[in-house]
Amino acid sequence: MFDLTGKNALITGASGGIGGEIAKALHAAGATVGLSGTRVEPLEALAAELGERAHVLPCNLSEKDSVEALPKAAAEAMGSVDILVNNAGITRDNLFMRMSDDEWDSVLNVNLTSTMRLCKGVLRPMMKARWGRIINISSIVGATGNPGQGNYAASKAGVVGMSKSLAYEVASRGITVNCVAPGFIATAMTDKLTDDQKEKINVQIPAARMGSPEEIAAAVLYLASPEAGYTTGATVHVNGGMAML
Amino acid sequence: MSDIADRVKKIVVEHLDVEEDKVTETASFIDDLGADSLDTVELVMAFEEEFGIEIPDDAAETIQTFGDAVKFITEAS
Repeated sequence: MFDLTGKNALITGASGGIGGEIAKALHAAGATVGLSGTRVEPLEALAAELGERAHVLPCNLSEKDSVEALPKAAAEAMGSVDILVNNAGITRDNLFMRMSDDEWDSVLNVNLTSTMRLCKGVLRPMMKARWGRIINISSIVGATGNPGQGNYAASKAGVVGMSKSLAYEVASRGITVNCVAPGFIATAMTDKLTDDQKEKINVQIPAARMGSPEEIAAAVLYLASPEAGYTTGATVHVNGGMAML
Repeated sequence: MSDIADRVKKIVVEHLDVEEDKVTETASFIDDLGADSLDTVELVMAFEEEFGIEIPDDAAETIQTFGDAVKFITEAS
């Protein structure tokens, strides 16, 4: 349905479950993809699976220099960055009263600050091209909060506020900035949960199941498409009805 | 008028879609030529490209008028 032929997309966290599916969906729609992540091996494997139009762009998002070099490396490899998907994120959960400065700083740094830097890094050519798509992956907990995730929730809510502000600034230049906020998604991380734990989660979800990475990728694909040109500053909640926002 | 001023004027006229005679020495991009703040960022980007120079953010903020731009670029290039 959506055609991204000729578009170049940079996806962070492409070695993870959701990021990998996002890369596959954009690639299947015809885009050239830049796969970024810290672990090179899964990125190489994904690139090999995708075949043509896939580039591996390793980056450690906790290092400022590495983050600032990524948009340039992506533009060199692909020719431009027309679509940026800030998907990478980390968690360092702890009760608020026990949370260390380091736990707070590292999560905010990777999830929010590196997202800001990457947005900044791709804006200039997007402004010139009068076309761009930025999709930032937030989280349901950015809107609802979650015990033990004060740092993560703050970073994900921060991403939404930042995206809306940027969306205002660049809307007249044909650049859209949107968020996708996943609920519980079945990935390698949730596979570790016991059946009992999964059951407890599922009863809180009207759809009575976890979502799939493909269902997040589908929302990203829409927001990346030319058809989504009038959608900006939005947050698409993909959570099986767990929080209807 | 210097070559630099001509080239700067051409960029301003094209980018802001204004009459050439409106672009005077003291014409403010925002107050007189209808630019918004993002237009001024784009103008600076265009100047950087045209003249192969780098205009740091704090310097860019001081470029408010056509005359400011010509002066800065003349000194920088």
